[in-house]
Amino acid sequence: MDITYDMLLGLVPPLADAPHWLLILIAAALTGVICFTFAGIGPIVYVYGERKIAGFMQDRLGPMRVGKWGLLQTIADAVKLMFKEAIFPKNVDRKLFLLAPFMVNIGAFLPFVVLPWGGRLQPADLNIGVFYIAAIASISTIGLIMAGWASNNKYALFGGMRAAAQIISYEIPALMLLLVPVMIVGSLSLQDIVTYQAGGLQNWLLFRYFPLMPIAFVAFFVAGLAECNRTPFDIPEAESELVAGFHTEYSGFFFAMFMMAEYTEMFVISAVSSVLFLGGYLAPHPALQTLGPVPLGWFWLIVKAWSLLFVMMWLRWTLPRLRVDQLMYVAWKVLVPIAFTLVIVVGGLILWPATANGFPWDRWVGWPLTLGVMSFLIMVMIRALRWNRQRAGELAA
Amino acid sequence: MDAKAIHDALVGRFGEKILSADLEAVSPFAVVATEAIVEVAEFCKSDSALAMDNLMCLSGVDYPKEEPPRMEVVYHLYSYTHHHTFALKVHLPRENPAVATVERLWGVANFHERECWDMFGIVFAGHSDMRRILLPDDWEGHPLRKDWEDPEYYNGMHVKPTEQMAERAMGGEAIGVGPFDFTPPNANVETE
Amino acid sequence: MSSTGFAPPPGDTWDYDALDTDEMILQMGPQHPATHGVLRVELRTDGEVVRAARPHIGYLHRCFEKHAENVDYPGVMPYADRMDYVASMGNTLGFALAVEKLAGIETSPYVNTIRVIVAELQRIASHCVAIGTYAMDIGAFTPFLHLLRDREKILDLFEWTCGARLLYNYNWVGGMSHDLPDGFARATRDLLREFDAVTYPELVDLIITNKIFIKRLADVGVCSTELAISYDLTGPNLRGSGLARDLRKDAPYCGYENYDFEIPVGDGRFGPLGSCLDRTWVRVVEMQESSKIIHQALNRLEKMEKTDVHETVPRRVKPPKGEVYCRSEAPRGQLGYYVVSDGGVNPYRVKVKSPCFTALSVFHHMAKGMMIADVVALIGSFDIVLGEIDR
Repeated sequence: MDITYDMLLGLVPPLADAPHWLLILIAAALTGVICFTFAGIGPIVYVYGERKIAGFMQDRLGPMRVGKWGLLQTIADAVKLMFKEAIFPKNVDRKLFLLAPFMVNIGAFLPFVVLPWGGRLQPADLNIGVFYIAAIASISTIGLIMAGWASNNKYALFGGMRAAAQIISYEIPALMLLLVPVMIVGSLSLQDIVTYQAGGLQNWLLFRYFPLMPIAFVAFFVAGLAECNRTPFDIPEAESELVAGFHTEYSGFFFAMFMMAEYTEMFVISAVSSVLFLGGYLAPHPALQTLGPVPLGWFWLIVKAWSLLFVMMWLRWTLPRLRVDQLMYVAWKVLVPIAFTLVIVVGGLILWPATANGFPWDRWVGWPLTLGVMSFLIMVMIRALRWNRQRAGELAA
Repeated sequence: MDAKAIHDALVGRFGEKILSADLEAVSPFAVVATEAIVEVAEFCKSDSALAMDNLMCLSGVDYPKEEPPRMEVVYHLYSYTHHHTFALKVHLPRENPAVATVERLWGVANFHERECWDMFGIVFAGHSDMRRILLPDDWEGHPLRKDWEDPEYYNGMHVKPTEQMAERAMGGEAIGVGPFDFTPPNANVETE
Repeated sequence: MSSTGFAPPPGDTWDYDALDTDEMILQMGPQHPATHGVLRVELRTDGEVVRAARPHIGYLHRCFEKHAENVDYPGVMPYADRMDYVASMGNTLGFALAVEKLAGIETSPYVNTIRVIVAELQRIASHCVAIGTYAMDIGAFTPFLHLLRDREKILDLFEWTCGARLLYNYNWVGGMSHDLPDGFARATRDLLREFDAVTYPELVDLIITNKIFIKRLADVGVCSTELAISYDLTGPNLRGSGLARDLRKDAPYCGYENYDFEIPVGDGRFGPLGSCLDRTWVRVVEMQESSKIIHQALNRLEKMEKTDVHETVPRRVKPPKGEVYCRSEAPRGQLGYYVVSDGGVNPYRVKVKSPCFTALSVFHHMAKGMMIADVVALIGSFDIVLGEIDR
């Protein structure tokens, strides 16, 4: 936000005489508009991406007709949904029914405020950044319950209750796992976490304390998947069981708002994971950080977040969904113990009195293990490619 | 066991209650007295030589023109252990046909007997859930009887084409055939 | 005598006003993505746990049995197709066999071999739909499309042979409607080569041995063998409960005794015997066995002499007075036709015992105590097609 503040003063010099609070207000409003516009355009891209990726994975093409390669499909869908009649069943609780999509969107959009896109390119560098994200993420739960209850429909109620149970259960391991990078860095501010990982690929938090941090990353990603209600955790909107779960009764633009919230939240989880574990806006090598005078921080953050988004979509179209009690089992009996153990073990390793920086895990355990796992994975990939080629040869014969 | 042996076993046990049999038919059957069907079925199921543990099909048939006019319920039985099949039949009067249920012997009889009731009106005494299964719950009549006539209306809807429609069709008008006139009713109304 | 029978039986707790406060009645209504057709299931649930379930059918009742009494025997064939519209070669084969048995018509080995090939191709196609839609119900959306792509290839073969993709009217009383076209054997072999090499291994890797799939299905819907026999579960449903009974081996028709194939049986490898996973597993392995049978049948076809497929089709089908109950192994189980003839050109009575009808009769027994997600899994594991249930 200080960038917009300076920009404002530069563009409109007379404003320097205005009262300070007015300047802050205008700067904040401007920042908010820019930030949320960008955040709102995101779902258009992600919906198109999801449909194309789903199509290619299912041996078909996806949208192809609206615009070249179907690029304008989501815009057409958004326009259509805006013009559709929003049907309100007679016995719904009107206030809650109308408020629910907004609550869910608030919970999805607000974390954008603390996402760092570059050194100073961040709407607000709160010194409690991680804590803020954790707090805001719970707001969407209320929205889901409101949607389920207000719809006056048993299916929606089922979906809403399942959503509530799922999200609050998975918040616990997610937030505990958020603590692990925070402990290593020593600060809750997202900007500090990113700058701690400066210096290239090997400094990213993903590769510290190998294999503990990758486990933390995977566990956080899984918990984040559950927070977004994505398969394999999409019980609340399980299409084949509950028709559409908590958003059964929503039509027209309100349905679009739920979709927007879901895709935005997916991006938020991906972006937060990349900031915490994958180095945020830092390039894999410091030389790639700028292209001439243009800083590429935003580009690297987008690359990382979109790769994680792709993984989310990949999982959705591959895996079946877990049943409700199995989902709870995974949350409470698998992820919570992992999170607890990681917090304690990593905390212990940090405080180890051997050296100033804690136990020299990386040199003696981390890097050897990393190199071992990498070479194993490369061998597996080579073998898989060879097997693929062999089978293609068999078919052609 | 072939059909003759099964028939002999049944006659040996029940004697008079096995009224007649046709063992030369493509699917051999025996006609059982109506009040004894549950005993005979139970014997077929539990006897170790017969061991008919599977009720393949239970159907109703309506014979109004036979002598005497009757309805039949046919039980096709099969044994998974001995691999033999046999059929039992029960002859019922066409007015108020009723027979005891075999639901407690073979669970599948629940659905089959409901369908028999639905289509023929045969009441199965002792059945736990004697309701219509295929037709709507408020349907009247039993369609697979040979004396069934389609009703005129069902819940206010025409079941058959009306007489007026039939007359117009006989008069040469094409009913239900295109091209259709899609002009809206207000096409000739002046708008401001 | 009341002819509606609408009153619920005594002791039944489907009375909406008599519920406990923590129970509710949920309708998985006729329009539902997961009920494989227009099936309405009424569930009395306590939260997620089902206390009682009651299926309602009849939404697709098209009066097959009444129509059959008003048209002649060849005219019943198109109606028979439309009962189980997913696997319609099996329906027409069953009716043709029943009438041929009643009328004493013998078909030539050539016709029998064609019947076997077409029936087994149909079995593969039908199981593709069954497993694909089942995976979609469980949440994995992609296998549905992959399996349907492979089913399209089989439907292309059928279209080439008889002109129709879904409802063929191909098996006639006494023969077939069209002979196999030239090149059919080669095209089928190509299809099977790809099926054996790619589709089947992918199916096993992606779906059946998928950990989440196993977790969802291995403990659900366990049906013991006695229950299965009592409720007349047949086909893959019965074989999934451990009993290796297949009409193609026990009472062979159409020359099935000449082919060498195994009967897959559920063996409870991932959970208790007779679970949903066992039934699905049986279907998957059956696809492989069908492929084997088709290979053998194609080999036999090339060696035997071709006869005219209309040779033994009578000009007018008038079986003598009598009745017959004839069963065949349709993809969903044992399909039974009880045909009564009074010597005329129209059948006197045709009663169809559809395997899905009997499979659904055990549903209320097994749905007690499950969760709603498991109810969906249970319905899908029986592989029901409402067209066949309602006729």
